[in-house]
Amino acid sequence: MSVPASTPALEVRGLVKHYPGVKALDGVDLVVRQHEVLGLVGENGAGKSTLLKALVGLVVPDAGEIRVRGEAVKLRSVVDAADHGIGMVFQEQSLVPNLTAAENILLGGEGPGVRRGVYRWDAMRRLAQEQLDKIGSNIDPLVRTDALSFADRQMVEIAKVLRIEQRSQHPPVIVLDEPTSVLESKEIETLFAQIRRLREFASVVFVSHRLDEVLEVCDRVAVLRNGQSVGEVAAAGAVPRELHRMMIGSTGSDDHYHENAAAVVESGQPRLAVRGLSGTSFQDVNLDVAAGEIVAIVGVHGSGREDVCRALFGAEPVTAGEIWMDGKKIDISGTRAACAAGIGYVPAERKTEGMVGPMSVAENMTLAKQRARCAGPFVAPGKQATVVDRWIDRLSIRTPGRDTPIQRLSGGNQQKVVLARWLVGGDIRLLLLDHPTRGLDIGARSEVYRLMRELAASGVATVLLADSLEEAIGMADRILVMNDGRVVSEVGCPAGGKPSPLDLVKEMV
Amino acid sequence: MFAVLSPRFRSIENVQNMVDAAAVLAVVTCGITFVLLMGSIDLSAAGVMGASALTVSLLVANNRNDNDLGLLGIGVAVLLGCAFGCLSGLALVLLKVPSFMATLGVSAVGLGVATLMFAGVQPNISDAMLKGWAIERFLGLSYLTWIAATCVLVGWLLQRYTRLGRYAFAIGGAEEVLALSGVRVKPYKVAVFAVAGAFYGLAGVMVTSQLGAGLVQAGSGYDFSAITAAVVGGTLLTGGRGGVLHSAVGVLLVVVLTNGLVQIGVSPYWQGGVEGLIVVAAVAAAVIPQRRRNQVVK
Repeated sequence: MSVPASTPALEVRGLVKHYPGVKALDGVDLVVRQHEVLGLVGENGAGKSTLLKALVGLVVPDAGEIRVRGEAVKLRSVVDAADHGIGMVFQEQSLVPNLTAAENILLGGEGPGVRRGVYRWDAMRRLAQEQLDKIGSNIDPLVRTDALSFADRQMVEIAKVLRIEQRSQHPPVIVLDEPTSVLESKEIETLFAQIRRLREFASVVFVSHRLDEVLEVCDRVAVLRNGQSVGEVAAAGAVPRELHRMMIGSTGSDDHYHENAAAVVESGQPRLAVRGLSGTSFQDVNLDVAAGEIVAIVGVHGSGREDVCRALFGAEPVTAGEIWMDGKKIDISGTRAACAAGIGYVPAERKTEGMVGPMSVAENMTLAKQRARCAGPFVAPGKQATVVDRWIDRLSIRTPGRDTPIQRLSGGNQQKVVLARWLVGGDIRLLLLDHPTRGLDIGARSEVYRLMRELAASGVATVLLADSLEEAIGMADRILVMNDGRVVSEVGCPAGGKPSPLDLVKEMV
Repeated sequence: MFAVLSPRFRSIENVQNMVDAAAVLAVVTCGITFVLLMGSIDLSAAGVMGASALTVSLLVANNRNDNDLGLLGIGVAVLLGCAFGCLSGLALVLLKVPSFMATLGVSAVGLGVATLMFAGVQPNISDAMLKGWAIERFLGLSYLTWIAATCVLVGWLLQRYTRLGRYAFAIGGAEEVLALSGVRVKPYKVAVFAVAGAFYGLAGVMVTSQLGAGLVQAGSGYDFSAITAAVVGGTLLTGGRGGVLHSAVGVLLVVVLTNGLVQIGVSPYWQGGVEGLIVVAAVAAAVIPQRRRNQVVK
């Protein structure tokens, strides 16, 4: 069966996917032409990852259709997708670390490499070598995968994905999800050369946060925002600024970040003073945060900012440095000491680290500050009800009641409960917010921003690891840029005098 | 150390004794290693061995009935072990019962079946071949030891050259990746438990040969010793690392230690406790490199 060259390799029409409380995809359209490298960009929460999962059968959309070479298909599993010639290189590398490269490349489709369940290692090596030759890689197929560098593992993954050529007679569609996030710049060059090779016999969907990279390697770039396609541009001649504007849309008018409510920062002694903090992935970090101030730390993946944030809460070991709160030196060798010092931490992984899913709103809210609901060693139901209901009311948490399991709430309301956990004690002085709006829709995000403003106004100091640069710039009074474990610059960020994202990006990479 | 403390430890006979004593444990450990490689655990060895011991002693020439099936009887006992393994595996993948609970249950079932067959009268075997396994020697080592050595070899081949063995590794390494690669994991899990069960079945037969009779308690204590041996040998309880050869070394270490303790005059009453301490210490030593703060251990 031959397909006219004008037929798109892959076409997505009106794709819709709901999650409880969030509309992840809201009618996405996407066209991938034959032998094209299509860039896909969007802010966190724009729906990129859900769209990619739908393309490889990991997510079944609620509505809309996916067409492969003009033919509508239903993709229910990775195998389905592979049968239609769609394969994905996952963001978190999906190789079995304790197997050889050859086994990983051939995993699930060893063919003549395994006869009646018995391995023919020479055949395995030969088949894997064929795959590696396609991408011009000189990795030894029989080396254990965990002995390879990140870049080599990625080559193994690409070699593995190319196996789908055997399942489908047509040129494959290869999806690369944030392939550059763990690579060095030289390795990125190699990867780009590889992508250009792939174009000869495949179509490629390339997802990245780094817009300059996207423009460098792609033919065309499609932009997603809030689960919708908001446009596409030809990469030739386009500038990152243009893409950026499409990604964030026009937020200036409606004061998304409640900048008018920004607190007045008190000068004088800082609430938090960090001196020379060092750990495994960060060195010599100095940081001051005043009461009422919001300081954002920005940096690319691997900059060490997450670890700094966790170290401030005593959840990450430090090798050197001092931490002072309101002029008093504190010892944060564990999270207990941090809690006692009035520090609260909202973790990035809400579902696994932020909350106990099956437990009630009340239990989750009083988890860290048991004293708020207890009389002596016993839980005082009346006291608990009063405290919890007060915070449900004050943060306008939408829940059927305080006894509802937190996992039944929408993401935004869950996050408010997690935030309230630090507020019920009444002794909060510093909040560490690690991606507090991750996975939330626009409305919920806005509410979290409003809460942050209110808390700042009441004198709470905040360290924010924002989900996007826009968020950091919108919310912060000051921004610290981290690169490779060190703070490389500090940028004032007052309302009315915000820096541009591109200036920050320059420092980050 | 033991060689210094006790001259008897050094003797040829004692070395032969130790290797012979290691035979049954080696076979059990071979089986359990595959389960541990997947990151699961298997506590069914004692029950499966009891059932297989009674089965074999009632099927070969014995004082309870007129059966005299010889090798066929041994085969049936091994198959029975295999079936018990299947049962554990199916409970794990179909009913989602965690492996430690599923296999603990299967162990109890095995003991129950064995008790039913025992029926209050101990079956003594008179089958010359089976009795001979424990007594006759080849190159100074008993037949049982050669059987165990064969099992280790077969186990190593399984692990190195079969899809079953390689996938056991892969399941322990990154199970999600297998699923994302379109591999159906469940059948392999069941098969691994079945293979392990077959090893336990054979071990039950070997114990029967040693004792000359079928006892319900034939496998008593082997489940724990086998896990100890595998862990001491370097197979991780979290799966993905180690292997049959590692475990064989672990078996020798454990047997040398137990034997050494006896030879230097430590009361046998102490041995159980010492073995317990060893396994906890070995596991602690194995996880030191990967310990992380705030790591949740269940």
